[in-house]
Amino acid sequence: MGRIVLDKVTKSFGDVTVIPPLDLTIEDGEFTVFVGPSGCGKSTLLRLIAGLEDVSSGAILIDGQDATSIPPAKRGLAMVFQSYALYPHMTVRKNIAFPLRMAGMDKAEQNRRVEQAADVLNLTAYLDRRPGQLSGGQRQRVAIGRAIVREPSAFLFDEPLSNLDAALRVGMRLEISEMHNRLQTTMIYVTHDQVEAMTMADKIVVLHAGHIEQVGSPLDLYRAPKNLFVAGFIGSPKMNLIEGDEARKHDAHTIGIRPEHLSVSSSEGTWSGVVGVAEHLGSDTFFHVHDTGLAETITVRVDGEISFKHGDRIYLTPRNDVMHRFDKAGDRLP
Amino acid sequence: MARSVTTQRKTLNTVIAWGIGLLIFFPILWTILTSFKTEAQAIADPPVWFFFDWTLENYRVVQERSNYSRFLWNSVIIAGGSTLLGMMVAIPAAWSMAFVPSTQTKNILLWMLSTKMLPAVGVLYPIYLIFIQLGLLDSRIGLTLVLMLINLPIMVWMLYTYFKEIPGEILEAARMDGAGLRQEILYVLTPMAIPGIASTMLLNIILAWNEAFWTLNLTAARAAPLTAFIASYSSPEGLFYAKLSAASTMAIAPILIIGWFSQKQLVRGLTFGAVK
Repeated sequence: MGRIVLDKVTKSFGDVTVIPPLDLTIEDGEFTVFVGPSGCGKSTLLRLIAGLEDVSSGAILIDGQDATSIPPAKRGLAMVFQSYALYPHMTVRKNIAFPLRMAGMDKAEQNRRVEQAADVLNLTAYLDRRPGQLSGGQRQRVAIGRAIVREPSAFLFDEPLSNLDAALRVGMRLEISEMHNRLQTTMIYVTHDQVEAMTMADKIVVLHAGHIEQVGSPLDLYRAPKNLFVAGFIGSPKMNLIEGDEARKHDAHTIGIRPEHLSVSSSEGTWSGVVGVAEHLGSDTFFHVHDTGLAETITVRVDGEISFKHGDRIYLTPRNDVMHRFDKAGDRLP
Repeated sequence: MARSVTTQRKTLNTVIAWGIGLLIFFPILWTILTSFKTEAQAIADPPVWFFFDWTLENYRVVQERSNYSRFLWNSVIIAGGSTLLGMMVAIPAAWSMAFVPSTQTKNILLWMLSTKMLPAVGVLYPIYLIFIQLGLLDSRIGLTLVLMLINLPIMVWMLYTYFKEIPGEILEAARMDGAGLRQEILYVLTPMAIPGIASTMLLNIILAWNEAFWTLNLTAARAAPLTAFIASYSSPEGLFYAKLSAASTMAIAPILIIGWFSQKQLVRGLTFGAVK
């Protein structure tokens, strides 16, 4: 079980309020991702749940029990840190067994569980090495192994993939998702990478300056961002935001159109501009279009290879059915 | 010709370094040399350097007149005891300052260091009286306590700078893994800080071993360590330079040997944090 409820939780460091009153419920078995730019309070929030920081006010309930003043060791949660935080003086085996040893489990059972975890994580060959002798990906696996052996009620991940190179990151992302499917344990995952958020989450919590901007499934956030912040943060490349006359035509202060919701032509369209940079990814192509009179740059994403070159005139037509409209305060208009 | 300049510079630096090294070592060398001379040669003018009648007479006399091993044993107990006791206080203190600092941590550290700025003699009288009251005068327990308290600021400071280098996330990981405070310090922090702890202990043993002010003022016979052993040969009425030197050599020999074998560790400890 691992249902976590934050009830009017706040956190201040001295006079600085990092998290104003915040309510959030994380259901048992859910994969929840906290996402936001750096300094938005997502890591602090995770550390509050872990118990590594004390809340300034409010309560944290784990499975209905008030855990606010329970020390981290007794909350039954496991955490994977950005720096892996392995014990450098212990072998991989001892690292993974550490939480079991702290729980006073007998040696045979410890070994059984460590070997089982090592088997799942492909670490069997490295059990007698020290963390210093492992690669980044292997260290990350050890950190995960240390978390899974104790069968926690929830896993907390603090930007666990940001120290890995791009290829490994994609691989580990899949592994963590698969692990969630297999274990069905609550997971809370902190990242600033919206791609990780979109691909892994059951539920995304978008944070900004300690506030929750929006909570929802990845597609909810993609289809109906509640405000300009979420609109700009979720989706890659970023949504194009247009103000002024063009927005007023749609009875809005700002309109948003995603790069993939624009069609291109070399002869006709609603808007026109000049191609600045063209990024050819093979599977799709991004054009950064200037001189449209709408915004400084309009980004367009088209499938496959389309040959527009730098300086070519390009015509763009937005799909009106997926256009987002926002009022002056930045909130979504129905 | 850049290269030759560098080589010249290097040679010069080496010569200067050796010069300074020998200058610092000279008193010890002279003490050791003198300990093998006769009393007459010890005060000869001009001084004799290496060509004299090497003799072990002084060591024999010193050994006869006073019981070296009793002083040695007292030194070992006082230096070792104050170090162990100090570590038991300093490790948790440095832990809390390094990993759960408050707004006053820096001030407390500075305040602790400021106690080292007070001349020891300034508190001799009150401490002497307290010792009389508690019956600690001329006791090994009393001296151990005083030396522990005197060196505590240095121990805490050294350990603090060491602990600061240990990533806090590792300790947090231990907390998440179910370790209580005692287990966290015992199984995670201490093994990671072994080099720092070792050099702190080593430095502290040396400081306690050589400490003369308190050991001389608070002991008489029973608890007197090697510093008192040396002092007993510097009598104002007689010229016993050779015997004084022999006693000194015997007193510093153990610590010199320990220091020699652990110099690498010691240098690393003293420069830790400054180099990285």
